[in-house]
Amino acid sequence: MTLKVIVRGRSQGKILKTNMPINFLGSVDKKTGVINDSRHELAGKSIKNSILVFPHGVGSSVGAYTIYSLKSSGSAPYAMICKKVDLTVASGCALGNIPLVIVTEQEYEKLQNGKQITLDTDADKIL
Amino acid sequence: MIKAKPTNCQTSIIPNRTIIIMEITKEEELALKGEYGETLETAYRILVATGEATNAERLIPIKWAHLSGANYNTIGDAGEEFLSKLSKTARTRVMTTVNPIGFDLTNFSKYKLTEEFIKKQKSIVESYKKIGVIPSFSCIPYEIFDLPGGGTQVSFAESNAAIYANSVANLKTNKESSLSALASALTGKSPYSDLRKDETPNLTIRMKLKKPDELAFGMLGFFAGKVADNSVAISGVSKLDKRSCKSLCGGMGTSGMCGKFVLDDNVPGTEKVDFDKKEMQKIYDELNTADKGDLITLGSPQLGLEEIADLSSMLGGRSFKKRCMVFCPRAVQEQARKIGYTNELERAGCEILSDCCTCLTPLIDKNDIDSVTTNSIKGAYYLKNSNGVDVNLKPLAKIIQDDTQ
Repeated sequence: MTLKVIVRGRSQGKILKTNMPINFLGSVDKKTGVINDSRHELAGKSIKNSILVFPHGVGSSVGAYTIYSLKSSGSAPYAMICKKVDLTVASGCALGNIPLVIVTEQEYEKLQNGKQITLDTDADKIL
Repeated sequence: MIKAKPTNCQTSIIPNRTIIIMEITKEEELALKGEYGETLETAYRILVATGEATNAERLIPIKWAHLSGANYNTIGDAGEEFLSKLSKTARTRVMTTVNPIGFDLTNFSKYKLTEEFIKKQKSIVESYKKIGVIPSFSCIPYEIFDLPGGGTQVSFAESNAAIYANSVANLKTNKESSLSALASALTGKSPYSDLRKDETPNLTIRMKLKKPDELAFGMLGFFAGKVADNSVAISGVSKLDKRSCKSLCGGMGTSGMCGKFVLDDNVPGTEKVDFDKKEMQKIYDELNTADKGDLITLGSPQLGLEEIADLSSMLGGRSFKKRCMVFCPRAVQEQARKIGYTNELERAGCEILSDCCTCLTPLIDKNDIDSVTTNSIKGAYYLKNSNGVDVNLKPLAKIIQDDTQ
């Protein structure tokens, strides 16, 4: 497994996976972590305490504060795994100390929704 | 904590870990270790993370930072508290401007806002001022400040402004986040990522629509954001008027990561994709959810002086049949007042608002309003998803035709 580590850390949790990009400002409730964009695959689901697996973030630059707010209100994912990283997700995770890694397309495909995993950036491992 | 090596080390890849290491100076390393205090440590931590994310080899100096994240509606309590704490020690190192807030500072008492909202919003305003930010509260800094041009490196967070800077204003910026631009403001630096270099687009969108209006260009932007990477070429468009150009920038910034477009019919070696009636209809159906609106909003991005003048002449003595909110920067409103445009707009029934914008406004409440008519794709997206109201999309010419008398 080759990980590109953007924000380091170790966390355990269940994968919540989508193949749709996420607009944090426009479609995530910053207090509860619920996705409120009815057209999103994860509509109505909460990203709280998950290992959030999604292609990349999109949209408003203020999404970085949304990620920080999620962390402050205890509703953030334990970690995030993306295919591409945009500055909004990277900076929000950096301030909120949410582990963030980039994986290759093939590795991304292998990550299964609902699976319990451990992400350890220092050991370069997703177990 | 941070994988950044001391001075002068070359950009390199650690075997088996594919971690690109940014070259950082001794000074930057000390800041990262906290030698210059928590504020700069946080700022550099953000810059290194965003630099790693975008494969930047180093940080470079920037001349101007434009921040997003001033509206209490968007950054909430966590953001307000963060900025309040930050303002105790943080000071800007370069010219720094900032996005709109939640209301017009001169007339907010006319609107249904809670005491708490007003208090928290004012606290955010004070924090930014204390940090040294120019209280411009505008998402179109490119229309109200002198542009240095010449490929000057800047850090713009507001997505429409970043796209405009790279594509039209001869500036260079990453499509910064609110926090990466803030980190740039406090350090005067930003990661030297792809958008700051002269990158050639790898995709051409062929504009196939005949006589597109600003709404069509907004949808083209929204489409481009979805399909393009960092930058995109657009063929079949030779010129863009201001309104269409801003609409394109706003739409593009809303849907994707793309931070630059070039109008060019012949970028060699690019993949090609068509934007035709069918693609436009898909986006229209995604964002248009009502046949008519209870009120009209103009501005997202905020209107500049040219658009205010244009609106005033398009009205030609007619008046709006329903509420029409017009958003423009304070500086534009003052100029427009001197010239007399605001008289005409107010006569026509417009509510002219500065310091704020359609996008994520708390002034439109779904308990009072079911649907909004707008020509803004960016506005439509956030009205629907954040305000929870339905949207009726129409170009300005059609709004004036249908909704004035």
